[in-house]
Amino acid sequence: MEIELDYSSIEKRLGVTRRTFLKFCTGVAASLGLSSQSAIAMANAIADPKKRPPVIWLHGQECTGPTESLLRSEQPSMEHLILDLISLDYHQTLDAGAGHSVEHIKKQSMLENKGKYLLVIEGAIPIKDKGIYCKIAGETMLDLTLEAAEHAAAIVAFGSCASWGGVQSASPNPTGATGAPQVLKDKTVVTIPGCPPNPANFIGTVLYFVTYGKLPPIDAEGRPKWAYGRLVHENCYRRPHFDAGRFATEFGDDGHKKGYCLYKLGCKGPETYNNCPSLEYNNVGGNVWPIGVGHPCFGCSEKGVGFEKAMFNELSDVKTHTPPNMFPAIEVRESSSGISTGAAALTGVAIGAAVGATAMGARKLDQQEKDQS
Amino acid sequence: MSAHQALGGRIFTKPFLVLLLIFVVGLVFMVERFSSGMGAVSNLNGGFAWGIWVVFDVVVGTAFACGGYALAFMVYVFNKGQYHPLVRPAVLASLLGYALGGFGAFFDMGRFWQFYEIFIPGNWNFNSVMLEVGLCVAVYIIILALEFAPAVLEKFGMHGLLKSLNKVLFFLIALGVLLPTMHQSSLGSLLIAMGHKVHPLWQVDHMQPVLALISALIMGFSIVIFEASTSAVGFSRKSEASLLAKMRQVIIGLLSTFLIVRLLVLLVQGKLGLIFAADFASLMILLETALFAIPLVILLSPERSSRGSQLLIAAMCMLMAGSLYRFDAFLLTFNPGPGYSYFPSAAEIMITLGVVAFEIMAYLILVKTLPVLHREERAL
Repeated sequence: MEIELDYSSIEKRLGVTRRTFLKFCTGVAASLGLSSQSAIAMANAIADPKKRPPVIWLHGQECTGPTESLLRSEQPSMEHLILDLISLDYHQTLDAGAGHSVEHIKKQSMLENKGKYLLVIEGAIPIKDKGIYCKIAGETMLDLTLEAAEHAAAIVAFGSCASWGGVQSASPNPTGATGAPQVLKDKTVVTIPGCPPNPANFIGTVLYFVTYGKLPPIDAEGRPKWAYGRLVHENCYRRPHFDAGRFATEFGDDGHKKGYCLYKLGCKGPETYNNCPSLEYNNVGGNVWPIGVGHPCFGCSEKGVGFEKAMFNELSDVKTHTPPNMFPAIEVRESSSGISTGAAALTGVAIGAAVGATAMGARKLDQQEKDQS
Repeated sequence: MSAHQALGGRIFTKPFLVLLLIFVVGLVFMVERFSSGMGAVSNLNGGFAWGIWVVFDVVVGTAFACGGYALAFMVYVFNKGQYHPLVRPAVLASLLGYALGGFGAFFDMGRFWQFYEIFIPGNWNFNSVMLEVGLCVAVYIIILALEFAPAVLEKFGMHGLLKSLNKVLFFLIALGVLLPTMHQSSLGSLLIAMGHKVHPLWQVDHMQPVLALISALIMGFSIVIFEASTSAVGFSRKSEASLLAKMRQVIIGLLSTFLIVRLLVLLVQGKLGLIFAADFASLMILLETALFAIPLVILLSPERSSRGSQLLIAAMCMLMAGSLYRFDAFLLTFNPGPGYSYFPSAAEIMITLGVVAFEIMAYLILVKTLPVLHREERAL
């Protein structure tokens, strides 16, 4: 039987109250579509220091956007959680040390935790000319990735660059930038695309790994299904406008001011799989995410869409229903014309007929019974 | 030899032609609804998204169609075999009522062409009351069709198929009891979901499913009495008053339970005063309660309830009481906010009447051509 853990150590370690901590775990479990019991399992996993997996975090060609977005997440002490939840042994942006010493710690950690550490890859990996276009400590990103992936327990590609190449892979792609799954063809790589990716999607996936010791269900592109299972279009709050044929056609036009659908401004929501409409960004609420503030989605997390298709002048390839050419007119009605004479007469006749027929029927039944007796 | 027989006789009688006329007028408006849209024929608006098509055809209509449910309960659950003669006509009426309730809901669907989505499990939202109602009703229509199938199979002499159907019929009947219990109570849950728009006298928190279920059973038994009485009058058959009178204990139990629960819940929630507020809602609840109480008075007297005419009046009162309960909650006292009002347009009413006329015509044709009604004893 599992021993009920006391969360008081968590309060000290993470600097959050027990209540805030459990609320966070429940929130993550809910966004993963798991039961409330999973939330307790997650809480116990975090509270148990033995379960903290060592993490090796590599940076390739990128702007460090994923790390930045993770650090700036406003969820109660999320950076505390992510730093205390895992044992971050190597991270080029966050390491206090530098130079040979950190490289040494990395090699040592990888050796000690062979087959147990979590590898997070951030940024694209250039493969042209044997990967010479991105080097860290004298070694190419390509070699570093292959080396670290060899004995990793699980591999997570964080951000669009690591997932499929991102902006670096945009045409003409001079360095041959690719994503981690393309480099590590024989390994399972979980991808958390987005530019920047939503930190909640990363936290949820890592928490799942810490709690259950395995990765959550993923789709063909390696994306966790709980986060990338639906098109932006499917849960978009502007969707009713799409279905009704109300579109903004220019920035600042009447439709745009009224919050109509941005499809004709080139919104790529209909072909981008992500949970932006439900999670939003920056944890401030108030519909803060690209479409929410009036800008069409540009498909940052979708391979072949973001950095590939024209942002405004190219319509998205709608994966669900294409809008019809003709829409029925929609008038805003508050009240109807009131009771018309015809309607009132009909109602009266219908009710009257029912009552009258009953009376007649009752009389006839009485007659029949008299005849029979 | 089957215990049932087709009634025979002319189909195009005078009442049938009147019904046909109503149906044809309704049909014209049905075509217009689908060619020009809902706005062209109905008075539905942003506040009243549900008009008589939903409230009468679906919410009241399926309760009217609970005869099959009520009798299945009596005959198979409480093993009261003597009511068996009433089952087949009741199942037929239920089948027609439910099928046309589903059809009626179609008129009210803005995007009816997306209806098929409800059959794709991947699209199900398990938190939706509407999903429960929609799926459950769809499945129940199929179950009712299978329950009624023996009549068709007998007619066409398909005895092999009839035999194998009879072997699984007990299972279908069990489902036929379970499914209405589910969706009739869910129709009450719809009120919970509508929140403060429903008048406090009807928004009796979390007791709506119970009230909806009990009143649906009451209406189910009433429609059985109503059907038996009308076929006694209309087809000059022997009155089945003696058989019907035996149901009174059950109906008395249901009626008193309904009234006790209804008043008790208002008392506990401190809403009794609203009954005497002397406004429209208080008038409606008094009328509604009176309609539930009158049949109770009739049925409590054994002398009265042995008379077919009194039974018919009691049944009619209960049908109106159950309908009024639903109409009050969903439409008459429904308040979607300032600025909204609704009364159905003539075209809207004609569509509903057309559907009802079609239902009665289909019933008439089927009892005349298929072995539905029980063979009369004196004919043996």
